Amino acid sequence: MHPIRKKRLTIVLFLVAGIAIAVGLTTYALRQNINLFYDPTEIAAGNAPVDVRIRAGGMVEEGSVARDTDSLKVNFRVTDYAASVPVQYEGILPDLFAEGQGVVAMGRLNEQGVFVADQVLAKHDENYMPPEVAEALERSSKGQHKSADVEKAAETTAY
Amino acid sequence: MYPELGQLALILSLLLAVLLSVVPLAGALTGRDSLQAFARPLASGMFVFTALAFAILTHAFLVDDFSVAYVANNSNSMLPWYYKFSAVWGGHEGSLLLWILMLIGWTLAVAIFSRKLPSVMVSQVLSVLGMVSVGFLLFIILTSNPFDRLLPNVPADGQDLNPLLQDIGLIMHPPMLYMGYVGFSVAFAFAIAALINGRLDAAWARWSRPWTTVAWSFLTVGIALGSWWAYYELGWGGWWFWDPVENASLLPWLSGTALMHSLAVTEKRGVFKSWTVLLAIVTFALSLLGTFLVRSGVLTSVHAFASDPERGSFLLALLGITILASLTLYAFRAPVVHVRSRYGSLSREIFLLLNNVLLVSATMLVAIGTLYPLVLDYLDLGKLSIGEPFFNTTFSPLAVATGLLLGAGIFSRWKKTDGGWLARKLLWPLAVSLIASAGVMIGYGGFAPWAFLGVFAAMWVAVATAWDLWDKSASRKGRWHGLKRQSRSYWGMVLGHLGLAMVMAGATVVSNYGIERDVRMQPGDRAMVGDYEIVFTDIGERRGPNFTAQYGSFNVYLDGELVTDLHPEKRQYPVGMSVMTEADIDAGLFRDIFVAIGERISDDAWAIRLQYKPLVRWLWLGSLVMAIGGFLAIADKRYRIRVRDEEAVKSGEPAAPGKVAEASS
Repeated sequence: MHPIRKKRLTIVLFLVAGIAIAVGLTTYALRQNINLFYDPTEIAAGNAPVDVRIRAGGMVEEGSVARDTDSLKVNFRVTDYAASVPVQYEGILPDLFAEGQGVVAMGRLNEQGVFVADQVLAKHDENYMPPEVAEALERSSKGQHKSADVEKAAETTAY
Repeated sequence: MYPELGQLALILSLLLAVLLSVVPLAGALTGRDSLQAFARPLASGMFVFTALAFAILTHAFLVDDFSVAYVANNSNSMLPWYYKFSAVWGGHEGSLLLWILMLIGWTLAVAIFSRKLPSVMVSQVLSVLGMVSVGFLLFIILTSNPFDRLLPNVPADGQDLNPLLQDIGLIMHPPMLYMGYVGFSVAFAFAIAALINGRLDAAWARWSRPWTTVAWSFLTVGIALGSWWAYYELGWGGWWFWDPVENASLLPWLSGTALMHSLAVTEKRGVFKSWTVLLAIVTFALSLLGTFLVRSGVLTSVHAFASDPERGSFLLALLGITILASLTLYAFRAPVVHVRSRYGSLSREIFLLLNNVLLVSATMLVAIGTLYPLVLDYLDLGKLSIGEPFFNTTFSPLAVATGLLLGAGIFSRWKKTDGGWLARKLLWPLAVSLIASAGVMIGYGGFAPWAFLGVFAAMWVAVATAWDLWDKSASRKGRWHGLKRQSRSYWGMVLGHLGLAMVMAGATVVSNYGIERDVRMQPGDRAMVGDYEIVFTDIGERRGPNFTAQYGSFNVYLDGELVTDLHPEKRQYPVGMSVMTEADIDAGLFRDIFVAIGERISDDAWAIRLQYKPLVRWLWLGSLVMAIGGFLAIADKRYRIRVRDEEAVKSGEPAAPGKVAEASS
């Protein structure tokens, strides 16, 4: 083979090999590390898989936060004002975690329907609502009160 | 009055940018020197007006002019003056103005430091930079004017700067990062100019190299500062989260690293030209992509200030136009280039090619992990997130492979390297790094396969680099003379690689041997973290200039001896109604002790995070060493001298398009 062509072939082979490795690793890692988002309605209806790492989000239900005074265990409920899911967490909650605020939790749903979180995220800004949560709220409000706007629905179902 | 002048200055700057993107280029294409001569004055004028706009905005912040909407949203009369200053880039509009100021600053730098380059080249480069400036000036003037007024209802006081951003890290991080992002526009402009006039030769690579290296160095520092800031300010002790915003800055860094190495081959050996040009385009495109991701509101994070869809589409259009135009040009012009040099299948060229393959694979991995969820969401195919494990499992093998390759590549020669000779050469460094890595494993008390691989890769890079330095500095006049004889660019490479080794070692050790404990504590309680005993002595109140805080006191003991006392805080900022955790850290070269206060559990008990972070400082020190290496490399004499030679040669016989200048190795 012509030396230049041979060299080009080597380069192409290298590139193909590199890309193949990258794609292989990517798909392998992607398969294990995609975390799907579920809102409380979906979880309460049993549509979320049990014992698979997922993300769940919604508003922290008013009056639901119960802290264990002897450890870092905390229980609270996350709601989209149509359904709510009990969440169990052990650790330090973010600064902006509060009742009535939007949160996203990472963790697994157990057999009893309790969401065991290993990570709880509340965002940096007090006005911020995680986009998934905003959408979940919108969905649930559309399902129940087709004409009412989101805020109205939130108020009426929360109290 | 002043803000209107600021706006006017921006518009004037835009007009000059339009002229700059047309006139010198026309002069270069038609061969008229009189038009080319406009390039430098236009660049200077553009800089003067942009700097004026920036100064006016800064002034508005310092004098608390809350009639300016941007000032009212991002400042407060209680804010200390230095945060008022850094608040200039604490929001979307101002940070964009800083971005533009840097872009035009780079343009000016090219105009000043390119006196020795052929006028045609300079005109084209400055014109391309002018086009980029037009895009961004239009963006700021049309969608993100920092000088918008709140008239007649001027607020009595501002809404304060986000407390997360009230920190030295923020004063430094964005300017450094932007210097890097924007600096790649120069490499891009050189690549485009070279494509336009078909002169993709060693001289072009030599001109681009220092600019690329310096931009890369700034970007390295910028990313490191961001990581450091996240570590103590919002990360609760994490230093890298594979957050899309972080990835947005890592993408141009990875491809920029590939570009630096590929440029070296193009300069020295005259090969990989098309590839190098493509990398220059891709790197700048990734910088723009980063700006788009961070600024468009596609991602929600501390960086995304406003989610205005208009801004997002504008940036996306800008990105699309840049990529489309430059790739079209590339498609038409790149095949003109011919390669003459030969190199064997085991040579430095091949090692650097592999380096590029690995770095580009890493870039693609990070890009996939970052963009995949966004694309799915956009197409309404579901919401998902890709977590840290994805990046850790895929990125680590590539990083280790890069390290292993690097150690061997240091000894390789251009054109052809003898396999047997290389193997013999590598034997001792291999043995030394294996033993040293085993020593580190024993020192930290635990073997883990990934920890070993990471530490070994770092050792291997460091030992091979030092070995090569030792070999090269052998001299009959003594070691000192031999060391002094090495060129600055060689020293730059040595520091760059040693810095990388430090980062790899730091990342591996802190991820594998760090200890993190969340505990419930009340004053008087003790807790162990590693070998350190931490005593919670007291918690009280403290008043700051614009906040109040719970002020904790902790004593840290090692083997019964007091090491230090730490005072983490929980701050309440009344203006923004926000709460901030201020960790306190006892920093050391070999370990950090980190204490942060979480929420109050009962009247006297608090949730406390305690951490032991071995070698975490090496991440940032290593990055700094890498950046210093970059700055040292561009201070090399040969850039100045050779450029002059080139000029002399050129005035004798103008190079024909596509002609390959024979490079000495």
